[in-house]
Amino acid sequence: MADKKIVVDCSTGEVSEIELTAEEVAQREADAKAHAEAKSAEDAEKAAKAADKAALLEKLGISEDEAKLLLG
Amino acid sequence: MPDTFIKIASVTVGSGGASSIDFTSIPSTYTDLCVKLSIRNTSTESTNQIYVQPNSATTNLSSRILVGTGSATASASYTSDSSIWGYCCGNGSTSNTFGNSEFYFPNYAGSTNKSISVDSVNETNATDARQSLLAGLWSSTTAISSLKFLTIENSTGNSKNFVQYSTATLYGIKNS
Repeated sequence: MADKKIVVDCSTGEVSEIELTAEEVAQREADAKAHAEAKSAEDAEKAAKAADKAALLEKLGISEDEAKLLLG
Repeated sequence: MPDTFIKIASVTVGSGGASSIDFTSIPSTYTDLCVKLSIRNTSTESTNQIYVQPNSATTNLSSRILVGTGSATASASYTSDSSIWGYCCGNGSTSNTFGNSEFYFPNYAGSTNKSISVDSVNETNATDARQSLLAGLWSSTTAISSLKFLTIENSTGNSKNFVQYSTATLYGIKNS
């Protein structure tokens, strides 16, 4: 069964169920991918920065609180 | 006393399900918009997401979110987001449960950037049931005239359909 979108025209109150075109199916998949990737990319970047920070602290042999004291 | 919270439109998903719920030609005569949703999707997992695109936009969106899982908390900020989102149920959730969410759009018809707030929960009888509070921003001076709601599976990011009896109701709020 083809996927359908529900469209509510707020100016008329008309509710329509419309089969997605091939372009709309592709757009929907692209949107879902972009939605998920935007989050995973930023999460990965933050995780990498946190890992770099932890590695540096370990290399220096100090804690995060001690690093704050040094920089303060 | 004048009505300040007015139902503009409401929709219940039919037996065939739906890939999206689109509110179009939204009048610009209100101060704010509020959409209340009761959603379950076709994912076999319990934790899933519902997201919105104002005017079908997928760029110039950013957000900060607080999440509770039932046993842990988390927060995140996304400076380059493609949508504004919350949690919802899937077919992996407890039978006949639907996730609840509210998407609020203050000053939606104005000519400044649009803030958006979302609260959501995916109902399920399990140790991991998510709740979230999100503060979002659509950096656009264009008035919001349409809202498209879509849903994905949380773990894979794959698009899913809304199941029968999912509902969405759009309200207009007037400050006088």
